[in-house]
Formats: sequence, C-alpha cells, structure tokens
Amino acid sequence: MTGAAAAARRWAPPPLIASAWLRGGLIVGAAIYLALALGTLSVNWYRVWEGLDRGWAFVVGFARPDFVSRRVEISEGILESLVMTVTSTAVGIIISIPIGLGAARNLAPLPVYLVCRAIVAAARTFQEVIVAIFFVAMFGFGPLAGVLTLSFATIGFLAKLLAEDIEDTDPAPAEAVRATGASWLQLLTYGIQPQVMPRLIGLSLYRLDINFRESAVIGIVGAGGIGATLNTAFDRYEYATAAAILLTIIAIVMTAEYGSGLIRRRVQ
Amino acid sequence: MLSVERLVKQYPTGDTALRGVDLEVPAGQVMALIGPSGAGKSTLIRCVNRLVEPTSGRVLLEGEDVTALGAAALRRARRRMGMIFQEFALVERLTVMENVLSGRLGYVGFWRSWFRRFPPSDVEEAFRLLDRVELAEFCDKRADALSGGQRQRVGIARALLQNPRILLVDEPTASLDPKTSRQIMRLVCELCHERGLAAVINIHDVALARLFVARVVGLREGTIVYDGAPDRLTPDVLTTIYGVEDWTERRGRGGADEEDEPEVDEQRLAGLT
Repeated sequence: MTGAAAAARRWAPPPLIASAWLRGGLIVGAAIYLALALGTLSVNWYRVWEGLDRGWAFVVGFARPDFVSRRVEISEGILESLVMTVTSTAVGIIISIPIGLGAARNLAPLPVYLVCRAIVAAARTFQEVIVAIFFVAMFGFGPLAGVLTLSFATIGFLAKLLAEDIEDTDPAPAEAVRATGASWLQLLTYGIQPQVMPRLIGLSLYRLDINFRESAVIGIVGAGGIGATLNTAFDRYEYATAAAILLTIIAIVMTAEYGSGLIRRRVQ
Repeated sequence: MLSVERLVKQYPTGDTALRGVDLEVPAGQVMALIGPSGAGKSTLIRCVNRLVEPTSGRVLLEGEDVTALGAAALRRARRRMGMIFQEFALVERLTVMENVLSGRLGYVGFWRSWFRRFPPSDVEEAFRLLDRVELAEFCDKRADALSGGQRQRVGIARALLQNPRILLVDEPTASLDPKTSRQIMRLVCELCHERGLAAVINIHDVALARLFVARVVGLREGTIVYDGAPDRLTPDVLTTIYGVEDWTERRGRGGADEEDEPEVDEQRLAGLT
C-alpha cells in the first residue's frame, strides 16, 4: 500500500460560485439586507395586543359558524360563484386550446407563435384581483366582470401549460401520422391529441378548483360571487357568518379536489 | 418506380447529409441501404416522402416529381409510400386498431377520422392485415400494452393499410432482439413479395440485410459508395463503407471459446459469410 500517495489526493465537490470572495460577499450582503429590512418594520405592540381580541372573536365565530341567519345571501353567493366558475372555465378552455396550439413551437409558424406567446404573457402578467378591478371599472359590479376575469386568467394558465405539453410530445408518432398523408387537422387529432389529452383534462379540472377559489377573492373587489357576501360579513363584524362562508368554500374546494383526483386517475 | 436524382440535403446547421445521391429502385425490388450512423440513410428516405425537405434534386415516384408537389398533392403521393419506423412510432394511447386505421388518414376526410367512422372496406382490410401479422385478438388493446415485436407488426400493418406502392423502412429492427429482428425482416420481405412492393430498408445490421435482400446500397457521408448484390460485400467493400476495421476477425483466445460461439453470431459480428 502506498498510503502517502493516496492521502495526498483530496477531493471536494466544486462550489456553485467559484470565487470565494463573491460567495462570502453574497452571504454577508444578504444577511445585512435582511437585518435592515426587519428594522424598518415598526411593530406597534399595543395594536397587536388589541388585535388579539378581534382574532379571538374570529376563532370563536369559527367554533359556532352561523349558516342560518344569512342563509339566503350565502346560498345566492355560492350559486353565483359556481355559475362564474363553470362558465369562465368552459370559456377559458375553449379559447385556450387554439392559443395553446399556436404557442407550441413544434406546430406553429414563427409569427403565429409570437402572437400566441404574447397573448399568454399578457394574460399571465396581471394577478386576478388587478384584472378584476379593471373589468369592474369597465362593465360595472357583478358577475360579468368576474367571469371575464377568470376566463382571462384561465387562458394564461391553460394555454401556456398546454403549449409546453405539446412541445414535450414524442415527435415520432406525429411524424408517422404525417407520413400516411394525413392533413394538418388529422395530424393534430391522431398524432398530438392522444398524447396531451390526459394532461389537458387534469389541468382543466385543476383550473376549475382555482377558479372557484379565485371567485371568492375577486368578489371582494366587486366582481360578484361569494366573495362579495364574505366581504359584507367581515364589514359587519359577523364573524359567525364569515366562518360559515369560509367553511362552505373549504367543503366545495375539497369536494372538487377529490372528484378531480378520481377523474384524473381514470384518464391516465 | 422510384428514382432519386442528384438529391442534396443541407441542414440549416450547415451539415450536409446528402451530396448528390442518384438511386433507381425498380418495382418490386427489396433493397437495403447500409452505412455508418450519420451517413444520411434516414435523411434519404425522409426526403423521398418529404418529411425532410430536400435542398435540391428530384424524387420521382412512378414518374411524378414528388419534390414539386403542393401540399394536397404531396398528401396524395404520401399515400403511395408506406413508412415503417425504428421505434415503431405508434400513438401509444390509441388502440391497435386505431393505429392501423391511421394508415387510411390520407384517404378519409377529417370528420370521418375524428369519429373513427372509417369505411367498412377499410375496417375489413385492417382486420385482414391484423390477421396476417397475427395480432387480430389485440385489436382493442392499447398500443403501449404490446411488446416490441408486436408493436413493429402493428407499424407494418399501418403502413400496408395505406395500400402503398413502396415501403420506406427506417431501421426496423434496431430496437428488437436478434430473433425478433429476423422475424420482422422476414415478415417485411414476405409481404413485399406477396404484394409486389418495392422497399428501401435502412439497416445497421449487415448480416441481417444479406439474409433477406436482393440488392445492397452503401452510403457513406452522403454519397453512394456501393451498389450491388449482397454476396459481393467483401471486407474491402465494407471498409469503403464503414472505414477501416478487421472484418474477418474471430474470437481467437482459445479453441473452446470459438466452439461455444454459434455460427450465426459470428456472421452478425463480422457481417460476412
């Protein structure tokens, strides 16, 4: 055994950032920024103490949710949210499919690709609440603004993920379908669609849940749905009613989650 | 039948895959196209049905210039050229029957194919082909439930359902074990003879090619360097096609080893005898 020669060879994994100075500097810099940033948050401890009481009232409300005294408003809000969810998801899917096809580089010519990618980018840039404020300003309070907001958001989400899935498809079956003399639409329905369909169904169901949850949020800025009811309940300090609304939302989201899981397993 | 004239293909990356290839395939002839990886074999057969667009030169199929056709006419020309692929290229989530029927896509309209309402005569012919490749009982199985050899037989049935005049076959056995490879090659050649089809078969395995084809064309760096009978493939010719290698080498580390080695294997390794 030549122990001396073996011991002379040492090995350590190469660091992510080669320069030791840069590495150390980044860590120290991040720590200083974090400390300064925490320093600028002035905490009003008296206000925090007061808030604890309100928080407790909220928790007590949750312990005794009141579904009854505002049941008409709650059921109307939930129904409106469900209508908004289903219509906006359907509209969103129908518009997303052609845009998703156009945004897939392996299918679309460059100009079409760029236009579709631009639409996707625009739809993804703004958070739902901001889009909702815009549509409420344009079309007034109510579920129409909500449906438009959610459809718009669905396009950004679904078209992007569909396009990426199309770009990931195996090109060999598509080539084989092309070699039979198939038209472009036949290429889509035989070569591409079977490969992306399970994921498209899964994403659509997932988006259905998201749209329901978002419908509760955008209601707060006046775009209809259960969010408006929830906001009113908070404004009136009716925590028991607010709790009832939140519990209803949770129940619906969980049901949707369970149902979509079942369906997704079936289509694999 | 098929005639390729001064075919050149240069990829946008600058690689030249084909440098003026001339090739004549008479009706009913089954020929093998051999050559090292990157010699342009796949590019050549893909230029014939224009899955790859040739840079210059002409491809004549039964006298018609395929390179000059517009989109609709090209689709009609592709119906006459069945293609068989290395990794089978089946649509895995579709059933065996749907995969076979996709060979008729060039003949039926969009809505018929969308609703899977193929003409009864097409369905009948598909069943007949599945019987011929011994897969009739699998017709409603999904393609991804099949083994490699079975998938390739589905690929063969799909190509034949096009009612082609010529088969373009791209490495049909590269993903298969030696026994299945021979069965698949035998099946392709038998079917060509039964139906009087011409075939261009890209193949790595020189020994396998020699067993089944009447003519071998050797391609090297986009140029044809050999064209003749399979039994004239001498070590010198193989060196011209593939580069220097001892084509006659045998395992010589001891008599016992050599006896263990079956003869077929030696042929496969050396591509000779």
